Amino acid sequence: MKRLRIANGRIIDPANHTDEIGDICVSNRKIVSVADLAPDFKEDLKIDASGKLVCPGLIDLCARFREPGQEHKATIQSESFAAISSGITSVCCPPDTHPVIDTAAVAELIQQRAESVDLLRIFPLGALTHGLQGEHLSEMLALKRAGCVGVSNAYCGIANTDVLRHALEYAHSCDMTVFIQAEDHFLSGNGIAHEGAISTRLGLPPIPETAETVAVSQALLLIEQSGGRAHFCRLSCARSIALIEDAKKSGLLVSADVGISHLHLTEMDVDAYNVDCHLHPPLRSQRDKEALCQGLSSGKIDAICSDHQPHDDDAKASPFGETEAGASTIELLLPLVLDLVRKNILSLSDAIACLTSKPAAILGLNTGTLSPGSVADIIVVDLDKHFTVERTQLRSAGKNTPFHGWELNGLVTQALFRGRLVYQSKD
Amino acid sequence: MTLNNIQLDNNGRLKHFLTTEGLSKNLLLDILNHAESFVSVGNRAVKKVPLLRGTTIVNLFFEPSTRTRTTFELAAKRLSADVLNINIAQSSASKGESLQDTLQTLEAMHCDMFVVRHGSSGAAHFIAKNVSPGTRIINAGDGNHAHPTQAMIDMFTIRRHKPDFSSLKIAIVGDILHSRVARSEIHALTTLGVNEVRVIAPRTLLPAQVETLGVHVFHDLGKGLEDVDVIIMLRLQRERMRSALLPSELEYFYSYGLTEEKLRFAKDDAIVMHPGPINRGVEIDTQIADGKRSVILQQVSHGIAIRMAVMAMCMGSLAELSEEQS
Repeated sequence: MKRLRIANGRIIDPANHTDEIGDICVSNRKIVSVADLAPDFKEDLKIDASGKLVCPGLIDLCARFREPGQEHKATIQSESFAAISSGITSVCCPPDTHPVIDTAAVAELIQQRAESVDLLRIFPLGALTHGLQGEHLSEMLALKRAGCVGVSNAYCGIANTDVLRHALEYAHSCDMTVFIQAEDHFLSGNGIAHEGAISTRLGLPPIPETAETVAVSQALLLIEQSGGRAHFCRLSCARSIALIEDAKKSGLLVSADVGISHLHLTEMDVDAYNVDCHLHPPLRSQRDKEALCQGLSSGKIDAICSDHQPHDDDAKASPFGETEAGASTIELLLPLVLDLVRKNILSLSDAIACLTSKPAAILGLNTGTLSPGSVADIIVVDLDKHFTVERTQLRSAGKNTPFHGWELNGLVTQALFRGRLVYQSKD
Repeated sequence: MTLNNIQLDNNGRLKHFLTTEGLSKNLLLDILNHAESFVSVGNRAVKKVPLLRGTTIVNLFFEPSTRTRTTFELAAKRLSADVLNINIAQSSASKGESLQDTLQTLEAMHCDMFVVRHGSSGAAHFIAKNVSPGTRIINAGDGNHAHPTQAMIDMFTIRRHKPDFSSLKIAIVGDILHSRVARSEIHALTTLGVNEVRVIAPRTLLPAQVETLGVHVFHDLGKGLEDVDVIIMLRLQRERMRSALLPSELEYFYSYGLTEEKLRFAKDDAIVMHPGPINRGVEIDTQIADGKRSVILQQVSHGIAIRMAVMAMCMGSLAELSEEQS
């Protein structure tokens, strides 16, 4: 097994409150030392990280790799390469694949595909209800044994509150976190854009803020009753953050994340029917965006995810309301988070924490750190590398980026997955 | 890219007509002035001018329509264009080819202009962005977004009765939420500089933050009609009753239906408009619809002149005329 030294990098490991210049050594797939603790270490390969950031491999709490079921959009192979080249070594995938992840077989299939590609690991979320239909509980224990790190009903709401209650209770008994995409489907109806001045002008069916906040409130009350752990995915409204904050204060075991696009874009970007900004939940007001950023910097929101949704060209080649929602974001996750650092919304260390130790904690994993003995998922980042986002240059099979033409900084130069150098940038 | 600059060529002339939003007052007045000159064409023995001879215009309707499609067809024929009507019901479109494929197929037949009606907001804009550079698009209604030619017809009708826009108070009554006509009218009226635009409707039929469009909101018909010069009634679709937006047609007519009694709140010479088709006894009393204040049938007849003007302007065949005048 190769022994590896990453030399002279600025090591940031939020879990261990580390921010220092030094070396990291890797042997037998594990981190053997941080900083200069192993002076006698003889490496087979040395990576010069002078002037660069060295941090744990990133953990993306939500990315859709479209496999199984929609391989015409993307595959685990195509998206794994896009992800690792941008520093992501672990990905959590929601259960709304085709077929749905409501059996051990589908959960295992996804992990086996990831193993065979061997560039990153995929943590599947199991379906909370059978077929995501919101009626019968799924076999959560079987899903857990098959590697599911949590359960979720994805975008498919559970209209019957009694089912939701029991699902939360049963998940609690199984010691599984419930991942909630809060949306009241009666209030969102056939909506496609944030209810406000823009949706009014463009004549787009609106999704009111209450579609999210009512669902968050309802879920919080039921979580309080069931006592389990829950994670709120892709919050989009200022009011939701306040609700989560109150719940945390009263001792509920809840956490929350936000999608990277919602930290940079607003309803204004939908203007002129920009289909690449057709997202779900919708891009909301400037005030909401600022509250999401503020929620991150104050720690009310725990993590940032890509909410990666690669699409084929046909999915976006229609009038706005007939296009499929979602943006291809996985390879811009890190540069877009670094842009928040540039704007002084997050410190570099907090930014890395939102992409490593915090998502790891949400998933109940002991990864996302550079602690000696942990699996060597490590990335080296050139923070100053400047680039312009070019749609056609994206590695993801989905070219549907709302960030085409944006100027960003930050390029992953090396990525180690399980101690193996699996990616090295060309320049 | 904003909605309006895709509508104009590099010289600021109308290329596509997708929305009244963002167009200049002069351009809107140009449309009205050109339409005036076309009104007489319909009164001639030979109702044709040769402006668009050799041009092929396709009426591409993804939603059923009789009057809009008919007036577009007549307008095109009076300009001596060749006209093709294609009606694609939403259901068959969803079964078969995509909108983009339909367009490419038609473009391959070298059509010069598409007049498009589609159920999805932004459809005309999508088509304008995706057709080859020489092809012109006129929006004949897209979802709840815009119906600019209907709005210009109404501006034309208003101007014939009340020539000075700046003195006018205008009320739009009814289902603003689902009305593309209302949105296009509001943009046109505010651009033309009317004194005040009011919208009158229950909260359930108003879109969020409608006041950001530059209108005053009223929930009471009597108060809203006080002192207005023009009343535009909107059609109330019956399916709204089923979607928990309104309790009943009777209650709606009682509160928002235009009757003799309610009309007394408006100015004595106020005119009553309706883009049609009307629901008698739902949003408007039959006696008002057929009464002397009603200009509803004039709106229909002005439809042809406005559509001739817009078609000719988009095809560039009136550009020289416009320059001579200015």
